Order: sequence, then C-alpha cells, then structure tokens
Amino acid sequence: MSILKEIVSAVKEVIEVARTTAQGMSVTLSHIPTRKETVSYPDDAVTIYRRFRGEHFLDVNEDGKERCVSCFLCAAACPADAIYIEGAEDPRPYAERIGMDHRYAKVYQIDYGRCILCGFCVDACPTDAINHGHNFEWAVYTPGELVKDKSYLLANKWREPDVIPTDKQLPLAAKQKQDKLNIILK
Amino acid sequence: MQAKEIVVPTSAISMLRKPDPLSDTQMTVSMGPQHPSTHGVLRLELVLDGETVIRAIPDIGYLHTGIEKTMEKEKWQQVVTVTCRMDYLNSSGNDLGYVLAVEKLMGVEVPKRVRDIRVLLTELNRITSHLVWFGTHAMDIGAMTAFFYAFTQREKGLDLFECVSGARLHQSYFVVGGVRWDLPPNFLDLMTEFLDGFPSFLDECKRLVTGNKIFQRRTKGVGVISKEAAIDWGLSGPTIRGSGVDWDIRKSEPYSGFDTYDFNVPVYHDGDVWSRYLVRMDEMEESWKICKQAVERLREPGPYMSDHPKLKLPERDLMKKHIDVMIHHFLLASEGFTVPVGEVYQSIESARGEIGFYVVSDGGERPYRVRVRAPSYVNLSALPAMVEGSLIADVVAVIGSIDIVLGDVDR
Repeated sequence: MSILKEIVSAVKEVIEVARTTAQGMSVTLSHIPTRKETVSYPDDAVTIYRRFRGEHFLDVNEDGKERCVSCFLCAAACPADAIYIEGAEDPRPYAERIGMDHRYAKVYQIDYGRCILCGFCVDACPTDAINHGHNFEWAVYTPGELVKDKSYLLANKWREPDVIPTDKQLPLAAKQKQDKLNIILK
Repeated sequence: MQAKEIVVPTSAISMLRKPDPLSDTQMTVSMGPQHPSTHGVLRLELVLDGETVIRAIPDIGYLHTGIEKTMEKEKWQQVVTVTCRMDYLNSSGNDLGYVLAVEKLMGVEVPKRVRDIRVLLTELNRITSHLVWFGTHAMDIGAMTAFFYAFTQREKGLDLFECVSGARLHQSYFVVGGVRWDLPPNFLDLMTEFLDGFPSFLDECKRLVTGNKIFQRRTKGVGVISKEAAIDWGLSGPTIRGSGVDWDIRKSEPYSGFDTYDFNVPVYHDGDVWSRYLVRMDEMEESWKICKQAVERLREPGPYMSDHPKLKLPERDLMKKHIDVMIHHFLLASEGFTVPVGEVYQSIESARGEIGFYVVSDGGERPYRVRVRAPSYVNLSALPAMVEGSLIADVVAVIGSIDIVLGDVDR
C-alpha cells in the first residue's frame, strides 16, 4: 500500500511541476507579440532625458566669445580634482579677443579618467561657461586620451541636437565642425 | 564499516579552525571571486564533504574602495558624490542616510516637499534594487526569463532617475538641506505611468517564479536561520524579516516623514530562502503603495531646498547682478559650510537593511570621520551559519537571498 501511495504522490508532484512550468511558459509566450523594449543602439538613436549629465561642453556667448573667465570655481567645487585650468590676460578690445572678458582660460582640461559626472562644476560656474552635454561615447585606447582639452570641449557644444548657432556664432561653429550626437532628447 | 559522523559547526569560532589535513573525505574549494553567483567579487572558501558544506568562510576585500577615507577629504556637500558609490544598487538610500545625519548635526529642518521627494525616490530605488535581486536570484537558481523581465522594468525605473537627477545610478541628487533641483515638470506623469504598469508586472512575476514548484523546492527549508540567531547576528532588512522579526527602521525610528505614510511591513516566519523571497516580493508592493501616496502629495508645488543661507546656492539671476551675492556664491561653492562640533548616528532602512552613518565633526568644512554601518557586511557575516550543513548548490541560493552588494561590504 505504501509503495502505491508513494507512486501516487510522485505522479502528483510531476503533474504539479509540469502545471506550474506551463503557467510560467504562458507568461513568456504572452510576451512574444508585444513591442520590443530594446533599441538596436548604434543603428537607432537612444532616447536621453534633458538633465542627463554627459560629457561637458564649454559655452560661448551670442557673439561667439568664450564665457569662461578662468575663475577656478569649477576646479574648487570638483570632488575628484578632474579640472585643470591656466588663466591668462587678454588686453585686446572685445571685438578681437576670444573670451568675453579680459581674463580667459589659456588651458582648460578635464580628465575623464577622474571625472565622476556629479555636476557640481556646472552648479558652481558663475558665468554658465561649463555645461553638461549629452555625449556618452568616449571609449579610448589609452588613459591619456581621456584628458580632453579646451578646443575639444568647445566643439562639443555644436554636437548637441538642439543647439543651432546664431549668425555671429556661425563662423566659429563651421571651424569646429562636429557630427551631431545620435540621440533623441526627451 | 561504520559511516563517518559529520559534525557540523554553526558558530563563528568554526571559521578559525583549519580543515583536517588527514581527512580523506574533506576537500577545500574556492568559490569566487570570479564566480557569477557571488554577485561581484566575493570569495568563499568552502570545506566540502562530498556535496555537503562543512564550513564556509567568506573572504572579502576584493572591492575595497576606501570610500570612508575619501569622505574625510571631501567637503560636507561633496560627500554625496561618494556615498552613492558604496551600495550602487540603492544609491539614493545611501545619500539620504548621510544627508539626514548631517542635517541632524546642524539642526536643519527641511521643507515638507523635500521630504516627500526623498521618500518617493528612495522607495523607487528600493523597487529597482529589488528588481535586480529578483532577476539575479531567479537566474542563480536556474530561471533565466525572469531576469530579462525584471531588467526591463528596472530600465524604466532608472530612466525616471535619469529624468529627475541626470544620472541613472549615481544620482547625487540629495544634498544637505534639500535636493539639488526641483522635479522636472513632466516627471510626475512619467512616474504615474511607471507605477500604473507595475502591478501587472508583479503579477507576472508571481506566475513566472513564485508559483513555480521547482523554484519552491529549491528554496523552501534552505538556508534556515532562526529568529534568535538572526537577532544575535545583528541582521537587518528583509533578511531578518524573513526570520519573523518585525524590524523596520521606517516604522521603529521614522525618518523623512515615513510615519505619515500608510504601508505595512511584510514579515515571514520560516527563516529560509523562500521566506526572504516572499518578504522582498511583498516589499516591492509596499514600496509601490508609498510611491503612489508620495506622487499625490507632490502635485502641489513648494520649495525644494531649505532656506538656510549657508546651504542654498543663491539664485542665479541675483548672483549675476549683485557683487555681494556673487561673493557669497563663491564662498559657498569653493569653501562650503561648516558643521558644529559633535557626533551623530543616523540609520535608515535601505533595500538591504539598516544602513547607518556615524558622522563626527570637528567644526571644520570637512567631516572628521564618517563611519558606515553597512547592511550587506553584517548580513554576509551570517552566511556561514546559514549554509553550513547544506548542499553546495544551496550556497548559491542563500547568497542570492541575502542580497549582498560587494561595494557595500568592502566600502
């Protein structure tokens, strides 16, 4: 009798396992006709929110003059010591110089090997010179290439999808021509 | 021939004993640090007799980042950029713990809206953290599909973090005195959309994994830790609530306005992997309930930062017009603020358990010392007590059920 009971319970067990597995399978099957959640990324654009903190860009004002006045506040606010600046004086009149003030950054480097993209530099900047862009493609072969210089950061502005250069910025933007980022801003 | 009797030690002292070199049945096996089921870089030294685990010794330190030391170098406001990197799955919870500790030390009251934003985001973070646990735990045991569905939902949750704070994992969105920016205008609608789709997802999980007989047989009665032992080991979070102890910091020492929310603390009494699984599944539902209430409260606008003059950066328009405001901005951004001399302990309920911050200030602009009571570290220490005497395949299930994050263990 006991053997019979064991056989019955074993069969019951098998049926129960098969039933619950089939129940799980039905969930999987019900997902087949639904929309795909994945994006085939390099071919299709990814959607990114506006606040996304990506690679920085250095801004220029409406006349195409660099906004950075080399006040070192971004470097002081940086928790990772990623920003290196060398300031200089440019005594020429406004129309000729590259910055919007007498003082400008001769060297402006961000080490993306150190940067943690916290955005404290952007909060600190008193002239809105440094901003977060939306670029996230920065794979390189050597760590040295992660140190980005001023011309690279300035050119980053024109990569933003929603930035359209004004008439006075056009010559500058043409000189620093860059491909637009393959993203959709949301 | 008489069968050899296996003595299974369950105390912590057993960790100190060396395996018997003369025994011909025992074998020492290294599990990890590159084993997929150890969820990071945990190494377990297992002494086996056949398939039975005689002894398990966790070997940690492979992910030591020195974050506690780094905090001493950062200014008070900058520390939030490293707290979120400890327990990277529950980053906003870590930020909240630190921020509350400093606020307690300074005696700062934050506006009601800030408290609700913090509750909303930490509970959303609890959901995304538990989704990682759900996916990987099921995959460790052999259910592959659940992983993909869990991560699909998690992506949606992380997108919300990206929308509100600009980063998916390391948000650094909570700062001392409030949050860094107000919520974006469309955030609450996106949040409602996510929350509306969530119950049907949980229902799917229940049909896919919870109801599965094979999953139940792999988890029921495995890795049992009794109520008394769980208290003795100092466990917290879902791990202790799976052993029948009703202990939740959100209820016992409410912080950030959790006492004004209506939610239950799920408790199960068996103390095995299955109980801990059920606790977390129910917790996701409770977090969903809290998020729902928080969204309703956040509909009306309000200040997102306390009015403390040393904490809030000046308005940008004012700062550009007036030189004195500009000087104030420079001082705040470069030197930060000082915190009165003293020490304080503040703990919160993270997704893994009680995460506590012991902050000491010497009156300077940087913390003198920040000590973190990490839930994963304490919960991991009870792993030998749970696995000794069970089969080696169950070790994988138990590690999954205590849901450790190695960044949190090593700090």
